[in-house]
Amino acid sequence: MKHLDVAAIKDGSVIDHIDSKSTLKVADLLHIQNEEQVVLVGINLTSKFLKKKGIIKIEGKIIDQKEANKIALIAPNATVNIIKDYEVVKKFNTVIPEIIDGIVKCFNPNCVSNHNNIKTKQHVVNKNPIRLQCHYCERIMGAKDIVLI
Amino acid sequence: MVRFKQRDIISIRHFNKEELLYILDLAKQMEQMDNTELLKGKVLASLFFEPSTRTRLSFESSMKRLGGSVIGFAESGVSSAAKGESLSDSIKIVEGYCDIIVLRHYLEGSAQLAADVATIPVINAGDGANQHPTQTFLDLYTIQKTKGTLEGLTIGFLGDLKYGRTVHSLAYALSHFGAEMYFISPPSLQLPNDFIDVLKDRKVKCHENESLRGISRRLDVIYCTRIQKERFADPVEFEKVRGIYRLSRAMLEEVGIKNDLKVLHPLPRVDEMDDSLDATDFAVYFHQARNGVPVRKAILAAVLGAIA
Repeated sequence: MKHLDVAAIKDGSVIDHIDSKSTLKVADLLHIQNEEQVVLVGINLTSKFLKKKGIIKIEGKIIDQKEANKIALIAPNATVNIIKDYEVVKKFNTVIPEIIDGIVKCFNPNCVSNHNNIKTKQHVVNKNPIRLQCHYCERIMGAKDIVLI
Repeated sequence: MVRFKQRDIISIRHFNKEELLYILDLAKQMEQMDNTELLKGKVLASLFFEPSTRTRLSFESSMKRLGGSVIGFAESGVSSAAKGESLSDSIKIVEGYCDIIVLRHYLEGSAQLAADVATIPVINAGDGANQHPTQTFLDLYTIQKTKGTLEGLTIGFLGDLKYGRTVHSLAYALSHFGAEMYFISPPSLQLPNDFIDVLKDRKVKCHENESLRGISRRLDVIYCTRIQKERFADPVEFEKVRGIYRLSRAMLEEVGIKNDLKVLHPLPRVDEMDDSLDATDFAVYFHQARNGVPVRKAILAAVLGAIA
């Protein structure tokens, strides 16, 4: 029987192949602190594709493609498995969307989005390496500048 | 097909080459035209949350010369912003009183926010250190008029290239015309790397230099900007660069220039450009300021649909 580093869940979602260092950021993005059922987080697990990977398993939550695409912003290699009765019933890759809506803070302190109660918005100008352009102030931010709201 | 009717003018990045040339052409027609009634009955709201002389007055003059009228304020202290009203709310209120909004605001991205909220066109008259597209249109117009073309010129940008919004916008606009660009500044005020990347992505030949020496003879245009003392942490450092970037007739003769060089400056100048230059054929900065009127007339007429 295959040994699991992180225990299986019965029904819910598994976010796999997260770059290890980004695992807690993904957990933050998914607001796992608000979950009421079991959430399992593994970091620095052995991976064939990434040297070390992270994994998050959330009991009772079904992640859709839209939510998965937000994850792609900080973990571009992540995959999502939907689990039903301990079996994988659906598996899909995360895809960086063209527009990022309301999840990334603009890194420019003088940007209007940091001073008015408005939803932030960025246009993806490059996917690899990631470069986002603020819809409002036009400043371009790279991976190191990305701060989630 | 070029279409300006009811369009927001927020960033020079939103316009392609054909659209830039369309406005310059229209500005030329406006310059030859006497006062008209093209915008009779139209009202412009001029919302200046930050001080301005040239931009505000040339917009007002342009609107009035086209037969329209102007309402608004010239400082945020007299608007409801002083009572804590959000920019979005101010825009929603003001749009009920006018046909077009001209906005200057100290926060970057404020014009885009206003455009997203408003159902009437918004013109960005400067949003913090970000964009000032109508200044860029008039810079292009001045270069085209004084050099006879915009194609294939070699431009030297001099001074504060880090914070100068006019430099960023003009460099971007000139990337449509195959310009070669020299960016001349002290290391602390160099063009930001992300903007150099944007220009390189657009296949612009860019060079960075600390002095005009050795390159001045290649330049068709020098676009000079003010070096702002307040940007320097150490006043001694400011004094060091101040002289190097002070343009004068004697200095240009010493470093050597093309006979038909033109010097532009968005103004106001402080001491980066000596008045010994004013009477020379190189100096076009006062014409440049004057060109604000035909260019803004063209933009207002096109956006308000007075010209097809």
